Amino acid sequence: MIEIFKIIIVALILIGAFLSLVAAFGVLRLPDVYTRNHAASKAATLGVLAVLLGTFLYFYMEEGQVNSRVILGIVFIFVTSPVAGHLISRAAYNSGVKLWDKSVQDDLKLKETTPVQKKQ
Amino acid sequence: MKTNDLILQTTTKVVLFIIILFSFHIFFAGHYTPGGGFVGGLLTSGAIILLMLAFDMKTVSLILPVNYIYMAATGLLFAGGTAAGALLFNVPLLTHAFGHVDLPILGDTALHTATIFDLGVFLVVVGVTMTIIQTIGEDE
Repeated sequence: MIEIFKIIIVALILIGAFLSLVAAFGVLRLPDVYTRNHAASKAATLGVLAVLLGTFLYFYMEEGQVNSRVILGIVFIFVTSPVAGHLISRAAYNSGVKLWDKSVQDDLKLKETTPVQKKQ
Repeated sequence: MKTNDLILQTTTKVVLFIIILFSFHIFFAGHYTPGGGFVGGLLTSGAIILLMLAFDMKTVSLILPVNYIYMAATGLLFAGGTAAGALLFNVPLLTHAFGHVDLPILGDTALHTATIFDLGVFLVVVGVTMTIIQTIGEDE
């Protein structure tokens, strides 16, 4: 295996693991559901993508097999994980979970109280 | 309050084809790699359940007008038929045959009657899972 690809693969897998760790810290440290969900869905998606890409490159360079299922997994996670985050956040908002008390803006609430904007 | 499922429904329409294709791949690759009828059937019923989550049950039964109990029965018939078919050739029950067949378009194809047995497993798994989900879902 070419040396430079070893470095790229190791870097990809380490970046993926680091991003997953950052996501876990975000879930622990952030104050409310929405910011936690933001950390979890974004950082974990990119982390898993990087790990899968590193796996794909490893098996391609080491054994010469193109594992299309890993590519499919990357596409699948890239499509579904943000949607899952969106659905969890919306379900939390609809069931009345309060925002962090230092939040300054709630556009969704504004839209419900004044359904038709009279301006313009 | 009125909710808007546009994001979920659009994603479902895209993702559904990936899941169905992957389940068929798992089903057909079951002889040489991990997979087979059981996992393929579960993946297919998972795709149908995703459709039921994104849309509602009446819409899904319009798209897929399948009686899942009949589907499970057909699967049992396939499995039993493959088992009993061996008796016609004066060999013990569940003896499978295989060979290379020249098909018109596909060319030289290795065929095995265990695939028909696996298709039976596939249909039974899809049928039973969907029957369970439908029975629980329609209960009010």
